[in-house]
Amino acid sequence: MTTKVSKPIEGSFQLFEGDFTNAGKASTELRSVLKSLAVSDDAVRRAGVAAFEAEMNVIIHGVAGTLHYSVSDGELNITITDMGPGIKDIALAMQEGYSTAPEWVREMGWGAGMGLPNIKKNSDRFKIDTVVDEGTTLQITILI
Amino acid sequence: MGLVLKDVIDRLGFEIKVGGDLSKVVEGCYISDLLSDVMARSNEHELWITLQTHPNIVAVSVIKGLPAIVLPNGRSPEPATAAKAEEEHVIILSSDKTTFEIAGLLYNLLKG
Repeated sequence: MTTKVSKPIEGSFQLFEGDFTNAGKASTELRSVLKSLAVSDDAVRRAGVAAFEAEMNVIIHGVAGTLHYSVSDGELNITITDMGPGIKDIALAMQEGYSTAPEWVREMGWGAGMGLPNIKKNSDRFKIDTVVDEGTTLQITILI
Repeated sequence: MGLVLKDVIDRLGFEIKVGGDLSKVVEGCYISDLLSDVMARSNEHELWITLQTHPNIVAVSVIKGLPAIVLPNGRSPEPATAAKAEEEHVIILSSDKTTFEIAGLLYNLLKG
């Protein structure tokens, strides 16, 4: 079943490196919006995982950034932009288990090298634009 | 076949650190201290047994719709974790038993 909305529903969140206290805030709020639109449980879960992993990437590496979402008929688009160090080798970053996260982040159970693979697995469309020393933009689409 | 959370809590003697809707169905558990692994592989109706006690476990549980988080070895959630769990209606349980014992007892209860 395709979700219909009378007009696009949008929202934005600011994200900051090191702000673990608010980690998951954007994703759980997005989840509430999707649930209120009666999006299927599977799509809600996939959107939540993809958004949360993208949020964590900014909180771990991204200096500062934004998460913007837009819900239109049948589609959820999430764009996450950060001013972090960029990704030197995308193929390596997409490999499960590869991580550049510092030790203390790994002790929290993050930095397992599963972020980008998890995003890809849960998205219907996924695009990475990255420039070393400038930042990274992820575009995630989930059909709803 | 599953059991309601309240029965699982009674039979396994979990302590309720943060309460909530105990009528949720439990069909198994997922054991991991890696948060992305839990997001990738846990399933609805699985308890999550973890040594992590920081606030991010609450958001993981919400995103995956898990029935409850179980902390083994007598662990308690950090105060900020408990506060966030209250806010997000996430149930946190604690047990004096080890992860191995909890999983074994749960297995017998659900599949034995």
